[in-house]
Formats: sequence, C-alpha cells, structure tokens
Amino acid sequence: MIRIDAVCHGIGGQPILRDVSLEIGKGGIVALVGPNGAGKSTLLSLIARLQPLQTGRITVDGHVIGQVRDDVLARTLAILPQHLDVASRLSVRDLVGFGRYPYHKGRPTPQDLVRVDAALAAFELDDLAARALDTLSGGQRQRAFVAMAYAQDTDYLLLDEPLNNLDIAASRGLMHRLRDLARQDGRTVVIVLHDINYAAAYADRIVALKSGRVVADGAPGAVVTDAFLRTVFDTDATVAHVQGRPMVCV
Amino acid sequence: MRSGLSLLAVALLALVSLGVGAIDLWPATLAEIWPVLRDSRLPRTCAALLTGASLAVAGQIMQQIARNRFVDPMTSGTGQGAALGILLAVLVMPAAPIGVQMGMASLTALAASLGFFALVRRVPPTQPLLIPLVGLIYGGVIWAGTTFVAYQTDLLQFVEIWMNGEFSGVMRGRYELLWLAGLAAALIYVVADQFSILGLGDAVSVNLGLNHRQIVLTGLVMISVVAGLTVVTVGLIPFVGLVVPNLVSQSTGDNMRRALPATALMGGALVLGADLLGRLVIHPFEIPAGTVIGIVGAGLFLWLLYGARGHAA
Ligand SMILES: Nc1ncnc2c1ncn2[C@@H]1O[C@H](COP(=O)(O)OP(=O)(O)OP(=O)(O)O)[C@@H](O)[C@H]1O
Ligand SMILES: [Mg+2]
Repeated sequence: MIRIDAVCHGIGGQPILRDVSLEIGKGGIVALVGPNGAGKSTLLSLIARLQPLQTGRITVDGHVIGQVRDDVLARTLAILPQHLDVASRLSVRDLVGFGRYPYHKGRPTPQDLVRVDAALAAFELDDLAARALDTLSGGQRQRAFVAMAYAQDTDYLLLDEPLNNLDIAASRGLMHRLRDLARQDGRTVVIVLHDINYAAAYADRIVALKSGRVVADGAPGAVVTDAFLRTVFDTDATVAHVQGRPMVCV
Repeated sequence: MRSGLSLLAVALLALVSLGVGAIDLWPATLAEIWPVLRDSRLPRTCAALLTGASLAVAGQIMQQIARNRFVDPMTSGTGQGAALGILLAVLVMPAAPIGVQMGMASLTALAASLGFFALVRRVPPTQPLLIPLVGLIYGGVIWAGTTFVAYQTDLLQFVEIWMNGEFSGVMRGRYELLWLAGLAAALIYVVADQFSILGLGDAVSVNLGLNHRQIVLTGLVMISVVAGLTVVTVGLIPFVGLVVPNLVSQSTGDNMRRALPATALMGGALVLGADLLGRLVIHPFEIPAGTVIGIVGAGLFLWLLYGARGHAA
C-alpha cells in the first residue's frame, strides 16, 4: 500500500502540492489525471524519492520515503518519469537489462536474462533489441523505457504519461499488459494519463489533481461526468456512455 | 572482431617500439640487446601503454560522471591539481620518497576534481558546452597558481617537465608506479555497470537504487590516482581522455562493460603511437609524446566537433 499523508510541496515559494493525502491499496490500476501543471509528475516523483519530500509523509509497503535505502525501494517500486533526456548510446537490450540492476548489482544471473527477454517480448522489442537508443523513433524509445521499468519487476509501478508517442495498438497493448499485471499478479500501477477514455477503460480508480489538490477520486463510472470535465479541466466536452463505460466526446 | 584488430595494432606498435631507439638492435645477439630492452625499451613501451590506457579510461569515467562528452581530467583541473600537489610535496617535504609525492599529487588531484564538480553542478543542462569551458578556465586558474608558486620558489623547470608529458626519461626502476595507475583503471571495470547507469541520468540512477555518492567518489578517486601517478612519472598528456572515449562511444556505444576495454586499448595505442612517431620523425632526436598528441589530438577533436557533429553532443 502507498500511503500519502498531508504532503505539501513548493518550489520557490510557489505551492505545487497542497495537503495531498491518498491511500493506494495493493493491486489495481490507479489513473492520475488533471490539467497541465496540476502537480501529477511532482507527486509521482515524491513517491519515488526523485525529489526530497518537504512536508508530510509517504510510505510504500511500510517503507518510509526518505529513510528507506534506495536499493531496497528499487526492488519495491519503479518509476518511469515523464521526461528522460538520455543521450547514452546503449542498445535496447542493454537498457532493458539495467532494469534488473537492483537485483544483480552488475552481475546478471541467467534468471535476469530470462526476465529481460520476457520484457523485450512483452513490448514487441525483439526486433529492435540490438538497435542503439539514439536511432529509435519516439514511440519505440518510449516502449524501451517502459520495458525497462517492467523488467524491474516491482510490486509498485509509477508511470508518468507512458502513452506519449505510442500508436493506438501499442497504447492498448501496454494498457492490457498493465491490467494483466494488476489483476493476475496483484501489482499496483499508478499511471498518469491525459486521455480520459483510456483511464475510464482500464483504470480501477481515477484520482484527479488540480492546482495541487485532489479534487476527485473514485471509480471511473462515478467520476467521469460532464461536471467533472467542466470543473477539473474547464472544458465543455461531454460524456457519452458506450458499453456501460463513460466516454468523452472530443 | 574489432577488439581483435585493436589488440593486433597494439601488439604491432609495441614490437616496433621495442625496436626503435638510438641504439641499433640489428645485427646483434640477444645477449647484447637484452640489457637495452630490459632497462629502456620495455619500460618505455609499457609506460606509454599504461599511461594511454589509464588516461583514456579516466576520461571516459569523468565523462560518465559529468554526463558530458567534452570533459577531460587533464584539461579540467585534475591534472593541474596533481602538478600543484607534487610541487607542494617537493616544497614541504623535499626528502620524501616518490610514493609520498604521488600520494600528495593524487590527493590534490581529488580535491581539484571535487571542486570542478561542485562548480559545474550549477551549469544548466541546456548548456553542455559550458561545462568543458568552465573546466578549461578552472584548470587554467590552478595552473596559474602552480606556476606562480613555482616561480616564487625557483622550481619553474620542474613544472615544465610535469606539464609536457614525454617518455624519454622512462627507465627500469623509474616508471613502475604506473602499473598502479593501470590497476586503478582496470579495477573500475568491476563497477562498469554502475557507470553506465550513471550516464543515464539522475532519475534513472535513483530509480535503480544506485548509490550515487559512493559511485561518483569511486570514479573520482580512480581519476585522481591516474592523474597523480601519470603526471609525476611522465608528465601531463592532454586530449587522450577526451578523444578516445568519444571515438569508442561512436563505434562501440556507451555500455561501459564493452566500452572500457576498447577505450583502454585505443588509449594505449594512441599514446604509444604518438611516442613512436615522436621518436621517428627527427631520429635520432625526439619530439615529446605530449606534443605529438597535442597536434594529433587537436585534429581529432576538431573532427569530432565538426565532422561527427550529429553524434558528438
Ligand atoms: N523546477 C521547477 N521550477 C519551478 N516550477 C516547477 C518546477 N517543476 C515543476 N514546477 C511547476 O509545478 C507545477 C506542477 O508541475 P508538474 O510537472 O507536477 O505538473 P503535471 O501535473 O505533471 O503537468 P503535465 O500534465 O503538464 O505534465 C507546474 O505549475 C510547474 O510549472
Ligand atoms: Mg507531468
């Protein structure tokens, strides 16, 4: 369980997160949505100790963020940040292989290699495995980084806009894979999505942030309404219902 | 395949290096030439290979830590810090054995490297060329301080020797500590993966649970030991640590487990080749290897900047 307790965060006197408290139970997909600049990426990076926590408290499976050792947390939680300015000339296989680093610390075992192969296969990267990162298209690159997080094989997976640059087949493929992870293996996936329809279709729970506050939280069917789009996103898009699911008409 | 070729090139260069010098080895018996080989040619060949390999590896590690392909320990303060250290050692404890001088040189080199990284931490990542520029200025300031102290204390001619790397003075009994530099460079291979991950940036490093502080310090200690030992023994050789890792990155990629051995081989070949060239052009006189590399390296660097622009940043 991820427990976020009264977290506030500011940068240069500017409040970014204001008193955010959330509990995310084990197993399931939680979609984090909200307008640009709402604080979604900031919240994820605080949970993943990419930035130091200012006030409040976050625990992941009882590990207190800020106190737990980095390598212990690396076997519990993986994050895919929104922006990765990686200039290294690594092959896709090498990159995905580093996802196993928290376990082997530089001495990969045969099991690690099996996991890497599985991750490459899961994201249809077999044919690209030998290619250098700097020769890939945007979506191929994104898939490689998602596969690295997948290879890390953690109970908690934080993904910040993983659908960026992905075509519809790759997007659905990824969401199906995440749903399998959540349903079959009991993994917890927290995923930032801008496409509400993906959130409504695949998430078990939607949490909306706006101006650093949680403004909606619940099952997609209950959360996604015309009023929700108006108050959270200031847009007059409407919600239809298709196959019993809310669908935003854009 | 490629590493096989490099090995062959290094072996050939080494053979030629053993054969070239003021004394002709042909025709003569092994008994006659063995003393020359043992006391002068073999040490010189080993010294050039060790210096080149360890400097190139140090450069690659520094580039991984800085996440910038244009830094080189010998131009951004570490080498100058080493020279300052030996100068201080000579001044404060003139009777100390060479090992102590080298220890002192490595310590000041480490302090200078830490200073460099403290400085460039504030450089915005959108300005990658500022980092080597800051390094050049920073190295220049330390170098000016060193020259000033040397001038005040009448030790200028020593400093000149440390600043111009060359191998003509290498003899049995006077270069063996370079094996330590080679060892330091070889040991870094044990944590090659950690340096590959470091190159992927802070977010990835933290996510994978890398002990960032410890691995950066390990790298800086290695770089400083290499700088201290090579500057004391043969003097400062620029460009090797800059050019070789870039060439290797383009051909082999940035997985350190594969790149580091290639870098060591190419670095060794470059310095040995430069030394050989310096010995041959105006035979029986010599041009210092550092000077040859300065010319060859500057050419290679310009080619890296302009010829291979799309990849170099
Ligand atoms: N380093 C920084 N300096 C100043 N302000 C920052 C910094 N990082 C983030 N912010 C501000 O914090 C707020 C929240 O940013 P955050 O990246 O968490 O938003 P987000 O919800 O992920 O938005 P998006 O959907 O556009 O990715 C924004 O207003 C942003 O401008
Ligand atoms: Mg964001």
